[in-house]
Amino acid sequence: MIKMLFIASVLISQTAAAEISSTRQDELLYFLKQDCGSCHGLTLKGGLGPALLPETLAGKPRDYLVTTIMEGRKDTAMPPWKSMLTREEAAWLTQQLQTGIIQQTAFAKGKAK
Amino acid sequence: MMRQLLTLFVILPVLLLWQNSLAEGCPADNNTVRGTGDLGIVIERASGSVQIIETSHNTSLGRVEGLGDLSHASAVYSRDERYAYVFGRDGGLSKIDILNKKLVKRILQSGNSIGGAISQDGRLVAVSNYTPGGVKIFDADSLELVANIPATYGNHLQRSKVIGLVDAPGRKFVFSLWDAGEIWVADLSSPGNPTITKFKDIGKNPYDGLITPDGRYYIAGLFGEDGMALLDLWHLDAGVKRILDHYGKGEQKLPVFKMPHLEGWAIAGNLAFVPAVGRHEVLVIDMLDWSEAGRIKVHGQPVFVMARPDGRHVWVNFAVPDNDTLQVIDSQSLQIIKTLTPGKGVLHMEFEPRGEQVWASVRDEDRLAVFDTETFEQLNTLEAQKPSGIFFTSRAHRTGL
Ligand code: HEC
Repeated sequence: MIKMLFIASVLISQTAAAEISSTRQDELLYFLKQDCGSCHGLTLKGGLGPALLPETLAGKPRDYLVTTIMEGRKDTAMPPWKSMLTREEAAWLTQQLQTGIIQQTAFAKGKAK
Repeated sequence: MMRQLLTLFVILPVLLLWQNSLAEGCPADNNTVRGTGDLGIVIERASGSVQIIETSHNTSLGRVEGLGDLSHASAVYSRDERYAYVFGRDGGLSKIDILNKKLVKRILQSGNSIGGAISQDGRLVAVSNYTPGGVKIFDADSLELVANIPATYGNHLQRSKVIGLVDAPGRKFVFSLWDAGEIWVADLSSPGNPTITKFKDIGKNPYDGLITPDGRYYIAGLFGEDGMALLDLWHLDAGVKRILDHYGKGEQKLPVFKMPHLEGWAIAGNLAFVPAVGRHEVLVIDMLDWSEAGRIKVHGQPVFVMARPDGRHVWVNFAVPDNDTLQVIDSQSLQIIKTLTPGKGVLHMEFEPRGEQVWASVRDEDRLAVFDTETFEQLNTLEAQKPSGIFFTSRAHRTGL
């Protein structure tokens, strides 16, 4: 039973990532750094847009942030990205942003492709 | 003993002479004396370095490292064209000796900055900051703080992000307040005690500003509404006038994935060319009466719209996802005469001083591409790490750059 629960939880935590290939994940991190970075800063510490760090995003519902990324925010400079990202990809990016995992991975190295 | 000394007296001058002649004949030594008029820097945004390049043979001369977060970095030059002042996103202000390829001094002057300018007399360097919002002014030699201008507005507790900072004749700096919708003119005739003239309600969210090459007109582009705000610096009392305010009436705006830039002033005759916001168009302004003289459909959201120094052609690059493309507009027919695809992530371009070649940074391919501006042939490609802004020393003698 415990084992099954464990497997289930592993499965759940991996679902977001499971649909996105590791090549695409690298592309997304590159995109986040370079293209989101033009407003949020290369290190995501903010610019024209606010900082996107785990501490600034803490407590904000993931769905709300994913919707912000997909639909943008009306009357602000945050544009809708749904023409370039799927909702799953936006969810995966939000997860990376909220957990701060990006700091240690390909993102930090600025790896392309 | 005496004899030994005597030999020394005879030998020493001979030795010295020999050394001198060696130094004179040595080709390496000749190369250490050079001008800087054909030099430039390229911002390598991710690695916090700048590359120093020369445009006579299109080669790289070296790299200066340790400049911090250079996303959105820009640079201005000292009037002797020897020092570059680089403004980094992380609030860093770096002074680089491009001849010796050395970082002379670097200060962290704010948490988050966006750009800078150098005064007409070359003595003051101004930096515009996002957080805390305002402008700081430094001595160009020592980088000591000379004046601090917080961009307070409303109830004076709020501070606005500052954008579109340029120098203007008469030791002035002009800039715009993104959050407040204001244009400020700071007169630094007495540097420690700046006089500030504020223009309010100039329009919602000015995103960048520029000044005409004669230093007379300052124009801020608006993100939050259509049009641009125009200020005649010769007649401050006339106030700010709105121009092009109906170019997009009734049309749905397209998403803006990267803010356009107003850098330099793309002029041909009496026509000026600027990016439309939220439209895949370049707008043409008739500078005689500041009316709209045309709209040119282009490949994507324009980011930089830059005229070749002779004004005959205007080059345009675009926001993601169209940032693999450059387009060239003929300034007389207002037609697109060439579309180039240098590679993914074309972030910036810079013309050589007289315009026969143009350099483009191709970020995602880690290289610079140099084009002939008549034949549009690619002449060279140089390696660079995630290049963005390219700045040549010829900017040193141009107002607003
Ligand atoms: C053109 C500038 C710009 C670009 C590019 C941009 N953003 Fe934004 N973003 C903003 C602004 C401005 C806001 C703040 C909107 C507001 O005032 O509510 C924002 C807000 C956000 C928020 C909400 C933050 C919060 O604390 O509520 C998220 C998440 C976000 N952006 C993610 C992204 C991602 C991911 C990308 C790239 C795919 C991106 N942004 C690209 C300008 C931009």
